[in-house]
Amino acid sequence: MKITSNWLKEHLDTKLDENQIIEKLTDVGLEVESVEKQRGEFDDFIVAKILKAEKHPDADKLKVCDVDVGKENPVIVVCGAPNAIEGLLTIYAPPGSVIPKNQMKLVVSKIRGVSSYGMLCSESELNLSDESDGITELSSNDFKDKIGDNYFPKKNLNVIDISITPNRPDCLGVRGIARDLAAAGSGKFKNLEEKKLKQDGKQTVNVKIENDQACTVFGSCLITDVKNVESPDWLKEKIISIGQKPISAIVDITNYVMLDLNRPLHAYDVDKIDKEIIVRNSKKDETFKALDNKEYKLEEGMCVISDATGVLGLGGIIGGTRSGTELNTKNILIESAYFSPRSIRKSSKILNIDTDAKFRFERGIDPLSIEQGLKKAVSLIQEICGGIASEFDIQKIENYKNKSLGFDPILFEKITGVKIEKNEIIKILDDLGFEIKEEKKILDLKIPSWRPDISQEVDVVEELIRIKGYDQINMIEPQKVREKETLNKKQKLFHFLQRAVASKGYLEAITWSFTDSKINQLFIEKNKEIKIVNPISSDLDVLRSSIFSNLIIHLNKNLGRGFKDLSIFEIGPTFLGEKPGEQQTIVGGLKSGKNSRQNWLEKERLVDVFDVKSDVIQCLAEAGYDKDKLYFDIETPSYYHPGKSGRVFLNKGKEKIIAFFGDIHPNILKKLDIKTEALVGFEIFLDNIKQPKKSLKDQKTQYKFSDFQKSERDFAFILDKNFQVQELIDVISSVDKDLIKSVKVFDVYEGKNIEEDKKSVALNVTIQSSEKTLNEEDLNKINQTIISTVESKIDAKIRS
Amino acid sequence: MSDIKKIKDEYLLKLNENLDLNQINQIKTDLFGKNGLVSSQFKQLGKIAEDERKIFASDLNTTKDELQDLISSKIDEIENKEINKKLEKEKVDITLPERPFAQGKIHPVSQVIDEISSIFSEIGFSVEEGPDVENEYNNFTALNTPDNHPARDMHDTFYLDEKKELLLRTHTSPVQIRTMLSDKPPFKIIAPGRTYRSDSDQTHAPMFHQVEGLHIDKNINMGHLKGCLNYFIKEFFEVDKIKMRFRPSHFPFTEPSAEVDIGYEIKDGKIIIGEGDKWLEILGCGMVHPNVLKNVKVNPDEFQGYAFGIGIDRLAMLKYGINDLRAFFDCDYRWLNQFGFDPNDVPSSYRGLSR
Repeated sequence: MKITSNWLKEHLDTKLDENQIIEKLTDVGLEVESVEKQRGEFDDFIVAKILKAEKHPDADKLKVCDVDVGKENPVIVVCGAPNAIEGLLTIYAPPGSVIPKNQMKLVVSKIRGVSSYGMLCSESELNLSDESDGITELSSNDFKDKIGDNYFPKKNLNVIDISITPNRPDCLGVRGIARDLAAAGSGKFKNLEEKKLKQDGKQTVNVKIENDQACTVFGSCLITDVKNVESPDWLKEKIISIGQKPISAIVDITNYVMLDLNRPLHAYDVDKIDKEIIVRNSKKDETFKALDNKEYKLEEGMCVISDATGVLGLGGIIGGTRSGTELNTKNILIESAYFSPRSIRKSSKILNIDTDAKFRFERGIDPLSIEQGLKKAVSLIQEICGGIASEFDIQKIENYKNKSLGFDPILFEKITGVKIEKNEIIKILDDLGFEIKEEKKILDLKIPSWRPDISQEVDVVEELIRIKGYDQINMIEPQKVREKETLNKKQKLFHFLQRAVASKGYLEAITWSFTDSKINQLFIEKNKEIKIVNPISSDLDVLRSSIFSNLIIHLNKNLGRGFKDLSIFEIGPTFLGEKPGEQQTIVGGLKSGKNSRQNWLEKERLVDVFDVKSDVIQCLAEAGYDKDKLYFDIETPSYYHPGKSGRVFLNKGKEKIIAFFGDIHPNILKKLDIKTEALVGFEIFLDNIKQPKKSLKDQKTQYKFSDFQKSERDFAFILDKNFQVQELIDVISSVDKDLIKSVKVFDVYEGKNIEEDKKSVALNVTIQSSEKTLNEEDLNKINQTIISTVESKIDAKIRS
Repeated sequence: MSDIKKIKDEYLLKLNENLDLNQINQIKTDLFGKNGLVSSQFKQLGKIAEDERKIFASDLNTTKDELQDLISSKIDEIENKEINKKLEKEKVDITLPERPFAQGKIHPVSQVIDEISSIFSEIGFSVEEGPDVENEYNNFTALNTPDNHPARDMHDTFYLDEKKELLLRTHTSPVQIRTMLSDKPPFKIIAPGRTYRSDSDQTHAPMFHQVEGLHIDKNINMGHLKGCLNYFIKEFFEVDKIKMRFRPSHFPFTEPSAEVDIGYEIKDGKIIIGEGDKWLEILGCGMVHPNVLKNVKVNPDEFQGYAFGIGIDRLAMLKYGINDLRAFFDCDYRWLNQFGFDPNDVPSSYRGLSR
């Protein structure tokens, strides 16, 4: 809502200057978004004096003038006027200014080789007169001391743009804003000037208002014999001052009343109305052409104003071209009506129309402002356009009754913590237009008709504290008491894993939760695609099914930036279904390129599946999960390399998958045109990681260790090439869980001396008793058991 | 001359020659081996007359000690020499680069969420979460924003179905509803998370982050709200003094509602929070609307309290001097490196929020 302080002062008697008004507006909840100088179209023209006028070297009729424009140095202007002579006082338009007559914007230009900085103007160019022979001549007496000044008095008008919250339709009119300011002690709210209207006879256009439609009151006034003209300057200026365009007196007046009183009106050309006005519900597929020059097809049940022929306009939203007023309009009908906000909103949403009237009606117009609006408009029309006005015709299907409310003053302090006297409450509410009756301790309030937002006691509390001032609320320091743990176990794990992954050298990224369906398809597996009905763009049209859908794109962009060795990760949701809660939290990482690229110490190598495996295992181990209990298999989603990826479980029971890791499938790289030497990734499923029942502090068992001598024994077994070492280790460890402390794989060998479909796995086993030092005999026994167990349980041979 | 003296003199002389480690070890064997000269003398001990035995033994022990000391000091000397010789050769250029390491980073939004959680943890708030996909009821209706209410226009909503019943939450406020429906008052929670609105330009991203706050108890009033936010802002920006302004505003789910501005100034092109006479809007808040409490079966005559919502990304931008919101989600490696935080930098009250 744009206002000027001058306009405001028509409704408010105030001693405050503009800055104080702006501050106060914000204080009462009418947030000032911006204050901008209104740029007048005549702001640029300057009184100037020609110091020297010489003939243009290459043109007989042109002169090159040195012009004093009040600055340190004169400017050079090329001018063709015969009266441009030395000593002349005239009007100068600098580059950048717009010539009023032809709306031409001046630029510095070369005229036959001489640069001209601006222009000396004729009276006609400035719309001062029709005089177009030669440049303006100013009298030396009046202007000799004004060189450099603006020729036209500058309007010092600021446009104050206020953001009106949806609950305050009353402040969509200047008068409503003035009322709030007056209540807040910024001045006196002026009474509306009541001019006596001259009205002759009844309104003769028949208005029929049907039941069960959204227009509950339809007021009208017929004005015959008007002369629709251009608006007078004061009205034009008003309309311009808040950034709108004047059209004609009748249109400008209806706009003015809307802006001033928040009372939308509509003017019909009566001669274009077929017989009568019918306010009714639309029928399906009725059409009409609206003032925005668009043809609308209506659905059933929209509130329309029609005549015997058909729809004239959509009530409270937009008028139609068929009955619109023009400059030659003779007889007009002014409509002032009330439309139900819900219906306005519904219809305008369906038809996708946004107008000033719609904006106001959907928020709620004062139902009792019908006559007030008619009065003001008719009085102005008569004043400007003449004509004979009829009496007002008010048709209604509902009588408005003010809402009332009992308010207990105690509530104010209970909610705001601020003390207030009853007198002050009464004063504020009275200023805001409430009618107050005291009923014992309770105040019986009649709510002003222009405040549809007020329906409960707490709304009254807001009014009071808003006007009294939020700065009156005293701070109560918070107490540093904690009764409940800040984070639950899952949240703790989230934060732990987030930092654990980052500490492995990954940069945390945050990407959109939505993604490109084409890319998402690559990672969707058997999940459902979840479409966004109204995506922001076609490449962000689905919720992501995988953490990789976006991450891989961003990795690729970084490859494009010239990075090769990248490690990025994201922790966040992926979506399994479109119902609330059908989502899971994933920590996913991608790693590309090489390790130790071009390093003088370390041999560089491609990143591989064991890099990400170690990142996953280390993170889980750091988070408190026993790494030796983790169980792996090779069933992974199709976007991983089938032979170089794995699936992780917390234990052999394979309850829930807690992670995938591995090389990304070469097909994915191909499809997405990712150019990298190697790409590996992992996903950890946070929701699947079972939280231990005991807290970490309770999990710590008694500190036990053995001081007896440790022995190490090496073994090499020949196994099937595809046999998983995990099982071999498992078999060895379970030979004697007490004695075998650890099993390490130190070599895997295929090739010479080993059969083609076999491999040799060398292991180092640490054996230690907690009861005694094992002697050679004990150790040999264990050795033998290990070998025999392995050979019997699995298809393996000890390598001799 | 006794044998002992002879052995002593002879071997002292020998040991002072320029010997290598093998030669010394040989001498050691010669003297103290099983049949070594000194060992043999000890074996004699029993044969010596009792009156001389004491002196003999004492001489022998002294000689033994003397020779042994000399031998070990000679060995030490040689070993030291050898170590020194080795060290001489073992010099490396320590200005050569170290083994490669990779430093990971935490995204500024995550870091700021941890900072916020740490601050509110101190005054007794716990962290709650809610799903990103919400139903229309939790996101709007339960929050006193019925359909066909213009306030819905303030949120450009992403929908997942044509009926507009499933959507991406436009704010974190539905967590209020979920929390209050699933438990009994009092409530004292914050809920950070992702939020979505279908507008996108220089200052708006279709996804951003908010933190919701909710404190419901008996007799919680606007003074508590003001105190809580003042505490938060001061702690968050790590300044002693903060200028804060409460402005009346409107949110359907709070009444009275307020927007909060903080004072700032621009020094050397950087925003300085605290003093200064410019105002910056940073959050919206208010007293939870009785309609909302009724919707979640909390009796508004018995319980009342406040709620607030803060834009996390904006806080991060202000605190860490980040200009472009869109860059948060662009994942540019250079940006993540520059604005990211070391994973060891866990914000906490005793170590401080930031370094």
